[in-house]
Amino acid sequence: MKKYTFTEKKDTRSGFGAGLSELGKTNPNVVALCADLTGSLKMDAFAKDHPERFFQVGIAEANMIGIAAGLTIGGKIPFTGTFANFSTGRVYDQIRQSVAYSGKNVKICASHAGLTLGEDGATHQILEDLGLMKMLPGMVVINPCDFNQTKAATIAIASHEGPVYLRFGRPTVPNFTASDQKFEIGKAVMLNEGTDVTIFATGHLVWKAIEAGEQLAAKGISAEIINIHTIKPLDNTAVINSAKKTRCVVTAEEHQMNGGLGDSIAQLLARELPTPIEMVAVNDSFGESGTPDQLMTKYGLDAVNIVEAVNKVLKRK
Amino acid sequence: MASTAELEKIVSQVRRDIVRQVHAVNSGHPGGSLGCAEYFVSLYFEIMKHNSAKFSMDGINEDVFFLSNGHISPVFYSVLAHSGYFPVKELATFRKLNTRLQGHPTTHEHLPGVRIASGSLGQGMSVAIGAALAKKLNKDNSIVYTLHGDGELQEGQIWEAAMYAAAKKVDNLICTVDMNGQQIDGSTDQVLPMGSLRAKFEAFGWDVLDLEKGNDIASVVTTLKKAKEHTGKGQPVMILMKTEMGNGVDFMMGSHKWHGVAPNDEQLAQALNQNAETLGDY
Repeated sequence: MKKYTFTEKKDTRSGFGAGLSELGKTNPNVVALCADLTGSLKMDAFAKDHPERFFQVGIAEANMIGIAAGLTIGGKIPFTGTFANFSTGRVYDQIRQSVAYSGKNVKICASHAGLTLGEDGATHQILEDLGLMKMLPGMVVINPCDFNQTKAATIAIASHEGPVYLRFGRPTVPNFTASDQKFEIGKAVMLNEGTDVTIFATGHLVWKAIEAGEQLAAKGISAEIINIHTIKPLDNTAVINSAKKTRCVVTAEEHQMNGGLGDSIAQLLARELPTPIEMVAVNDSFGESGTPDQLMTKYGLDAVNIVEAVNKVLKRK
Repeated sequence: MASTAELEKIVSQVRRDIVRQVHAVNSGHPGGSLGCAEYFVSLYFEIMKHNSAKFSMDGINEDVFFLSNGHISPVFYSVLAHSGYFPVKELATFRKLNTRLQGHPTTHEHLPGVRIASGSLGQGMSVAIGAALAKKLNKDNSIVYTLHGDGELQEGQIWEAAMYAAAKKVDNLICTVDMNGQQIDGSTDQVLPMGSLRAKFEAFGWDVLDLEKGNDIASVVTTLKKAKEHTGKGQPVMILMKTEMGNGVDFMMGSHKWHGVAPNDEQLAQALNQNAETLGDY
C-alpha cells in the first residue's frame, strides 16, 4: 500500500476560496455571486479584492442562479456560492431551464454538502445533490477530496465552457494531494494499485478509503484505490479497466446511495462488465444533528465500513 | 423611423403568422401572443438597437430582449423572422419535430435571436439583471428589455429580482408586464388578485410607467421611448402595459379561453379575414 501523508487538515471550502481568489487575479471575466454566505463559502478575499466583480444577492438563491445565467451573456464566467442544499434542490428548476437547458457557462459552487455539515441537522445536510445535478444533460459534476484538489478544481472549471456543479464541504480533512497538481475534469486519479478489490471513492470518503486500504493491506488484501473526483462525465475507461483487473468493487461517498457515485459506477458496470459491487453511502435516510465524526460513524461512512464492504464483496467474487 | 402606418402593417402580418403557426400544429398560445403584437413590433422595428443580420449571443453594444413568459413564442418568432434573424418560411416548422422553433423559446437549438430558454415562469427578470450587470462591467451603454405576463408575477422569483434590481440600481433595464388580466384558470382577479402592481413596484423602488393602450402602436412606441429616457437614473424601469388578450381577432378577445387553444379551420379563416396579408404569408 502506497503511503500517504499530510502536514495539516484543511477544509475543502477554503480550497474553493483560494482558487476563486487566484482566478480573480488571473481571469478578468470571472465574477462571483453569493447569497449571504460569503464567510461560510470563503469568498471574502475575492469580494474584497474585486468588489466590482462580486455580487451579493442576499437570501435569494433563485434570483442568484438567474443573474448568473444572464451574466454569461456578455462573456462573464459566473461562480455562484451557497450551501449545497440551496445550490441544488432549492433552485433546481432555475438551474434546469436558465443554466443547463440554456447551455450557460455558470459554475455552481456548493459548500457544506453532506452529513459533515454537522450540528445544523438534516434541513441543511443535502445528500441528494450529486444525483440531482448529474441527471441534468450537459452538467459536469465534481466532488474533490481535499483543500489542494478543490483549489485546483476551482481553477480548472473556469476554463471549461459549460455548466459545472462543484461540491465541497465544511470539515477539515487531511490535505494530502499535491499543491501543484493538474486537475483534469473527468479523469480518475489512481491512488493505489491493487489486485483484490477496487475502492472507488469521492470527496471526503477518499481519505477514508486510504485508511481502509491500509487496514486491508495489514490483513493481506491488496486494494486498488481510485479517486473519482468527477462524477460526471465518469472516467469509464478507468472504472472498467480496474474492475477487469480486480473483479469486485466498493464505492464510497457522502451521499445517498440512490443517485450518487455508486449508482453511476453500477450503471456502467451493469452495461459493460457485470461485477459484484458493494456501496458505502447513506441508505435512503435523512441525516440529523451531531458532530461530523459522530454522524459519519452513525450513518456508516467510516473506514471500518469500507473494510466491511470489501470483505463482503470479496465473498461474492 | 417607421411610420405608425408601416408598423401597423407589420402588426397585421404578425397576427396572421400567430394564428397560422398555432393552427398548423393545433397547439400553442395565441391569446397572449396577439395581445403583445404591437409591443414586439415597436420594440424590434423602432426601439431597439440590434443586429439581426449577425446574431451574437453576447449582444455587445446591442440592446437585448428576454421573453420571460415564453409561451407567447408565436409572436416572438414572427417578429424575429420579419426582423431578419432567420428565414420567415421557418415559421412553418413551429412546434414540429426537429424544429428550432420549439414550443417555448430556447437557445438549445441555436435559433438566432433567442438568448435564454423560457417557459417555466418567473426567471426572465433575473436573467435580464445578469445581462444588464454584464453590460455595466463591459462599459456597454445599451439597454436590456424584458416582457412578463401579469399572471407570471405570482411567481416568487420575480419579487426577488425586483428587490435586487432596485436595491442595486440596475438602471439599464426596462421591464414590461403584459397586463391582460387573464391566466389559464380565469381572470387574474379570480385566480389570485395582485392588488396594485404600480404600488408594489414603486414600493420596491422602481420607476413605474403606465401604458393604458398597449394595443395602440403609437402609444406603445411613445411609452417605450419615454422609458428609454428614464434609464440611467439609478432605478430600473417598469412599464405596466394594458392589453387585450387575443387582440385583433374578435372572437378571441376579452377572455382567458384562448390562452392555449388553437383555432379550427373555420376560425382560422375568420381570423385571417380580420387581418390583411401585408408582408406575404410564409
